[in-house]
Amino acid sequence: MLDIDNIHVYRGKTYVLQGVSLKVAAGEIVALIGANGAGKTTLLQTISGLLRPRRGRILYQPADSSAAMDISTISAENIVKLGLSHCPEGRGIFSQLTVRENLLVGAYLRSDKAAIQRDYRRICDTFPILAERARQAAGSLSGGEQEMLAVGRALMSRPRLLVLDEPSLGLGPIIIKNLFGVLAEINSQGVTILLVEQNAVMALDFSHRAYVLETGRITISGASTDLACDESVRCAYLGGKE
Amino acid sequence: MSAGYIAQQIVNGLILGSMYALVAIGFSMIYGIVRLINFAHGDVVMIGAFITLGLLQKLGLPFPVVALGVLITCAGVGVLIEKGAFRPMRGAPQVTGFIASLAVSIMLQNLGILFLTAQPRNFSFPDYLQKVIAIGPVSFRFIDLIIMLSAMGLMCALMLLVKKTRLGIAMRATAENIDVARLMGININRTITASFAIGSALAGIAGLMWGGKFGQIDPLLGFVPGLKSFVAAVIGGVGSIPGAIIGGYVLGLSEVLFVGLLPPIYSAYRDAFVFLTLILILLVMPNGILGKRLEDRA
Repeated sequence: MLDIDNIHVYRGKTYVLQGVSLKVAAGEIVALIGANGAGKTTLLQTISGLLRPRRGRILYQPADSSAAMDISTISAENIVKLGLSHCPEGRGIFSQLTVRENLLVGAYLRSDKAAIQRDYRRICDTFPILAERARQAAGSLSGGEQEMLAVGRALMSRPRLLVLDEPSLGLGPIIIKNLFGVLAEINSQGVTILLVEQNAVMALDFSHRAYVLETGRITISGASTDLACDESVRCAYLGGKE
Repeated sequence: MSAGYIAQQIVNGLILGSMYALVAIGFSMIYGIVRLINFAHGDVVMIGAFITLGLLQKLGLPFPVVALGVLITCAGVGVLIEKGAFRPMRGAPQVTGFIASLAVSIMLQNLGILFLTAQPRNFSFPDYLQKVIAIGPVSFRFIDLIIMLSAMGLMCALMLLVKKTRLGIAMRATAENIDVARLMGININRTITASFAIGSALAGIAGLMWGGKFGQIDPLLGFVPGLKSFVAAVIGGVGSIPGAIIGGYVLGLSEVLFVGLLPPIYSAYRDAFVFLTLILILLVMPNGILGKRLEDRA
């Protein structure tokens, strides 16, 4: 579904991604782990069109039947149309909009009113707290609620591929567990997930496959269960030997 | 000093405040979305005034058609200014945009002098608009009533648009976070252009009112309302539309009341008093009356 082919990305003058390749197949959950500053967020921003690669291609298949297309030159607002939804780092909720407005803005490109209402109901069923706070300013929500809102908002565009940037950041263990339960459910309904996490234990436990990004290059990749046993991954990201 | 006299001053203040508010809205909207202090905004008032002159006096069109014409052409002027001057500067430091807006302002003024001459022109509305209406001790012209009511109507319409429509939500989302707005699929170029169009249309209508109120227009008339509306936007809390409206009325009322209530020898210092009020308000409320702290976004 997503095939990133040797991309090189600069942030200003900094050479952040130095030839990254990564694949996500339909239906998969793929995790991308790595230390701070490795370029994880940059990679996601390049996928969703906020940044452009200097070199390389990003092939994406907007529907099962269609051919893969290079989205590296398409603008962010048009990439959403292709069913690729990016839930940004730090959640990026619109704090002065109400919870309801935040969810509806997630469906900004859709015009099927009845279906939007159905999806809105469904997200409220998944995250009942959002229904309770529908009329409140989103800025008044707690961190965990904001994360749920951000995930719910990303789902309102009916994505085929959901890209999540550190959804567990700053959340307590119980909330994280709930959140990943919901994400697993979303995945079982056919949404492919690409997840960036610092919490490597969580990410490897949750995903099918994983990539390790280190200073702009993919150093290790493979099945998540294999990576969880890999000596170098354990030393660097899983808190050493047990 | 009778109650009637004070009531009259308040009405005058509301009329002036309506004009400031209309211009201040555009200032605030544009700052809220692109963090640009647009000093060319006052010159759109001037353009609106001259378009009114042309449509009303030269072509003799009926007043509602003139108002509509001003709205549409000034919206177009706003779009041209945004696309021509500010879009190429997108992402540049704030001060670059500020200087670009000064350049646009000076250019518009000089184009005005070039094509319209610096000679002030008399401006008169048809007689039925000039008719004086008296309610008790308070009297005003029919045009003043139209100014006040249409300004308030336009402001209500705008607030509804921002609150309820798809474009309004897109504008608020873009004002808060441009990148995330794009991730939602919002076309930010179109949203920014729309906010320039709306802000400029309102400024154009303020130009129509300016001509109607003061009876004389020239290509440099935009400077004073531009500056004062900027002040109004700051008082109200720049970035906030209701704030801009409140700021406009605070400024309009305080200006008229200073002149009306102080001994005549001080009336020449009214702008000094007005700016003193501004400083006092900002000392107490550094972000303006309804302002929220906005982070700089270069």
